[in-house]
Amino acid sequence: MVPVTYYLALSAVMFVLGIFGVLLRRNPLVIFMSLELMFNAANLVFVTFARMYGAIEGQIVVFFVMSVAAAEVAIGLALMVEIFRTKHSIDMDQLNTLKG
Amino acid sequence: MPGSPIVFFILAAVAVGTAIGMLLSRNALYSALFLALNFAAVAMLYLILGAPFIALSQITVYAGSIMVLFLFVIMLLGADNLPSGDQLRWQPLLAIPLIVILAADFAINLFRRSSELVGVVTLPENFGDPAAIGTVLFTQYMLPFEVTAVILLSATIGAIMLAKPDQLSPGERARKVRGAPRNVDGVTGLEVPQPTNGQGTQETELEKTASAADR
Repeated sequence: MVPVTYYLALSAVMFVLGIFGVLLRRNPLVIFMSLELMFNAANLVFVTFARMYGAIEGQIVVFFVMSVAAAEVAIGLALMVEIFRTKHSIDMDQLNTLKG
Repeated sequence: MPGSPIVFFILAAVAVGTAIGMLLSRNALYSALFLALNFAAVAMLYLILGAPFIALSQITVYAGSIMVLFLFVIMLLGADNLPSGDQLRWQPLLAIPLIVILAADFAINLFRRSSELVGVVTLPENFGDPAAIGTVLFTQYMLPFEVTAVILLSATIGAIMLAKPDQLSPGERARKVRGAPRNVDGVTGLEVPQPTNGQGTQETELEKTASAADR
């Protein structure tokens, strides 16, 4: 038997690693992947509590998170292709055109 | 909670190891493949937690389509080995303490309140299978489901609009075509090259000099 705490701890570790990637990596594709990792960690918590309380709603939420994440990735990658086309670079620190 | 500890620890080690590998690999292509493996490991955990439908959606949606999208864009942009310039030097100095604070927060809350996390219910026979999920999804959560459909549709349209190379409206395109008439073969519809007799180039040369004189 594995306690609930272990699943939550695994999820927390994955979430912190995702934040690490978002804040410290400079390749926007890797930043997107880290965002997916954080979504995944949150989904793991939802499924864990769905199992713990026997509530199917947790799994429904995961389903919605997955579909919204798919939409987000499609838009984000299209934006990235467009940025690359205009600036010929997708380094995150160079995207400061809007800076006043 | 179900699941033998051995299986859980193997899967957790794979998940954390692939996440670290994703963060540390210099090549974005390897990052994407590490992330696919991470998704697969988490899908196994979902199976252990009694969510077979979610687990298989994870495999098909995340490890399937989203990762293929990532790989497409990485290869399209050639962004697998970006040079790492160092602007924003202060950013890691700010980010690392904040990450440590967040991790400490998670740990403290997990240890202090883990005693409240007892009493796992026994599940009914068909918990989390596609029929059960579908029943709840199409009765109780009908409106969110429809909203998700609209979100996916708008994302599709937005992605197409962003990725379209030619941003002309149909009227503008028609005007552009009329302004530059072409010799089109009536039968095949193919473009026939203009007969070159030197006259056309001479005229454009004249026009160029005329416009230059105007300026």
